[in-house]
Amino acid sequence: MPLSSRHLLGLQGVPKEDIQLILDTAVTFREVLERPIKKVPTLQGKTIVNLFFENSTRTRISFELAQKRLSADTINFSTSTSSTKKGETFKDTVKNIEAMKVDMIVVRHASAGVPQFLTRISNANIINAGDGAHEHPTQALLDMYSIREKFGRLEGLKVCIVGDIAHSRVALSNIFGLKAMGAHVSLCGPATMIPRDIEKLGVKVIHDIDEAIRENDVLNVLRIQLERQAGALFPSLREYHNYFGITSERLEKNGRDIVILHPGPINRGVEISSEVADGPYQIILDQVTNGVAVRMAVLYLLGTLNKADGR
Amino acid sequence: MNIKAKIIDQEGMNRTLTRLAHEILERNKGTKNLVLIGMRTRGEFISRRLLEKIREIDHSEPPYGVLDITLYRDDFRKRLKQPQVSVTNITFDINEKDVILIDDVLYTGRTVRSALDALMDLGRPSTIQLCVLVDRGHRELPIRADFIGKNIPTSFNEEVKVKMKEIDDEDAVYLIDISKE
Repeated sequence: MPLSSRHLLGLQGVPKEDIQLILDTAVTFREVLERPIKKVPTLQGKTIVNLFFENSTRTRISFELAQKRLSADTINFSTSTSSTKKGETFKDTVKNIEAMKVDMIVVRHASAGVPQFLTRISNANIINAGDGAHEHPTQALLDMYSIREKFGRLEGLKVCIVGDIAHSRVALSNIFGLKAMGAHVSLCGPATMIPRDIEKLGVKVIHDIDEAIRENDVLNVLRIQLERQAGALFPSLREYHNYFGITSERLEKNGRDIVILHPGPINRGVEISSEVADGPYQIILDQVTNGVAVRMAVLYLLGTLNKADGR
Repeated sequence: MNIKAKIIDQEGMNRTLTRLAHEILERNKGTKNLVLIGMRTRGEFISRRLLEKIREIDHSEPPYGVLDITLYRDDFRKRLKQPQVSVTNITFDINEKDVILIDDVLYTGRTVRSALDALMDLGRPSTIQLCVLVDRGHRELPIRADFIGKNIPTSFNEEVKVKMKEIDDEDAVYLIDISKE
């Protein structure tokens, strides 16, 4: 069965079958990444443009690597080196890129809804690589893949997302995706960082990190976005670390095996201690490897989708 | 399914596979440098059966793996459905080995071409020898099999359907008329 949509804008409303298909397909690409020649000719002749209007290291590299390993032609665009600096509008930039006959667009933008807008002005398959505080679907998919790899399932697992939920696109995509796959999702963080009425999405809110560690199988620890709002939402980084930081003492005190994810980049000593970041509970570097496989799966599934299939 | 003829039955398939196993062993003088690689889906089951035969005849067990060639196919843009990929499972080194590549039906040769590309990405074998249960002709590429279970000359209106107990309910090869479908 093919994907039900020809774009990946977010995980809200995406059926379980689609997520399952992406995760299952990623298993194949994970195998490709272990080969001596980590490249297949699948998307030969397809042109993909990476439109990054916001800084990114790992997501952009991960997408680019995934595209190259599928033998697609890639173009990289970043605002710092583009004509948007000369005053060209977003729409004109996209229209011009489109005129160069691209098949797929991977977009990151500081404003929520930009990928959705692109679907109206472009014929290409659109993949959201993070739009504002809205969604970051491939990150959530790679998180889910990594959890599934560790436990062999997602259904029934208890996953807690820790940190700045309000400003996190990773959190929102994870909530939608994990819920669709039958996991129990809870959120843990300072009250100032948990959106009001978030429980309506079917998640539990915990304000005590020790309770979160005791009650869950997985902690997905988010990055405190120092560059955005840190100072205003809690008194100090040290205080945040004292109340919500994941430390080995804390893990030992609550005495249970737990799997720790982090989308990176890590602020060592803030949301997670160095000891934990390098310790036996974390699967942070697995996430990075799995990210390439998951993005290859998404590119493959969208890139080989027949025009008649999917909306 | 409009069956025109049953070309191979259960006993026939068993005999054919025994003969193929003997031919492979004879040509390669045993299994010393041999590896078996079955192509999904039915090639996988044929290769497993050949492995059993080789075990019985030669008392040896060459490494055995499964190849999925979906990612190397050149026809997905022509097809209506999105091809579903599954995992290649080759856990041994194929460098400098004599690879026996196994499939059920040899037709245009495009699947085999894809498989050759896939194998080259996994290493550099000494030789690749192709073993098929049925060769139905109509090649579009310069590819031929080294070991053939049965040659079945067909027309374009016919299809060869291999059934195997592992996934179908019987062991048989049918000639199907597709002109009325």
